Amino acid sequence: MPINYYIVLSVALFSIGIIGVLTRRNAIIIFMCVELMLNAANLLLVAFSKMHNLALGLNFPTLASDAQIFVFFIMVVAAAEVSVGLAIIVMIYRNIHSVDVNFLNRLKN
Amino acid sequence: MSVTQILFWFLSFLAIGGAVMVVASRSPVNSILFLIITFFAISGHYILLNAQFLAIVNIIVYAGAIMVLFLFVVMLMNLNAETEPPHKSKYLMYAGVITGSSLLLLVVAALRKSESIQQMTQLKDGDVGLLKNLGRALFTDYVFPFEISSVLFLSAMIGAVVISKRDKEVHS
Repeated sequence: MPINYYIVLSVALFSIGIIGVLTRRNAIIIFMCVELMLNAANLLLVAFSKMHNLALGLNFPTLASDAQIFVFFIMVVAAAEVSVGLAIIVMIYRNIHSVDVNFLNRLKN
Repeated sequence: MSVTQILFWFLSFLAIGGAVMVVASRSPVNSILFLIITFFAISGHYILLNAQFLAIVNIIVYAGAIMVLFLFVVMLMNLNAETEPPHKSKYLMYAGVITGSSLLLLVVAALRKSESIQQMTQLKDGDVGLLKNLGRALFTDYVFPFEISSVLFLSAMIGAVVISKRDKEVHS
């Protein structure tokens, strides 16, 4: 497949994630939309690595594996981030008995 | 159309449909299940690109561990469609949808003038994504970041425990 199909697919997934972050009020769903955006970026990195492997793979054999190792480290960091983020959301729920992010404006006044 | 193209379109529609339903569905449990469908479709894309190691890691880490953690938290808080906070005002929803779709429109419009846009990706072949090559790269060139990530996990674990521990001074 040409690379532009993958670019449009990834940008569509990323935009849906942005729409979810902007329109929903549940903190858990906002967090899930952030995960969706991370996955869209991962998919685009893998597609670009295979594109460059086809074009330049004979001269630079480590080019594509570098990109895929990078995606692997993104997944590692995402796993650590999810554990801390969910702990924060559980803490919020314990304090205000809701996951509505609109209740979190106490610093404002 | 070849089998590869049919699979590509099927997985793309599955991923985008699942992502739309994540945002649109009312109950958080349904959102999580649709997000699992999306992650499986993205793993299918990785298999189609012959990145087998990342496909397996994506299934194990995302669909296996992270989404179970999300589901566990939602079940723990007993969230459902009734306890869901009410929608934002209609204008804020319109503004969010317009913002996201104009980002999509902007990138697609900017891509039309690009020269290398028709460059092909390598499907079904190329052994760069196999476990043998990635493992060799991970344990030779990238062994130092690999060890650093263990420190990251340790700090995340300690951080999660510290955050979710009830502090006694405030409540007693």
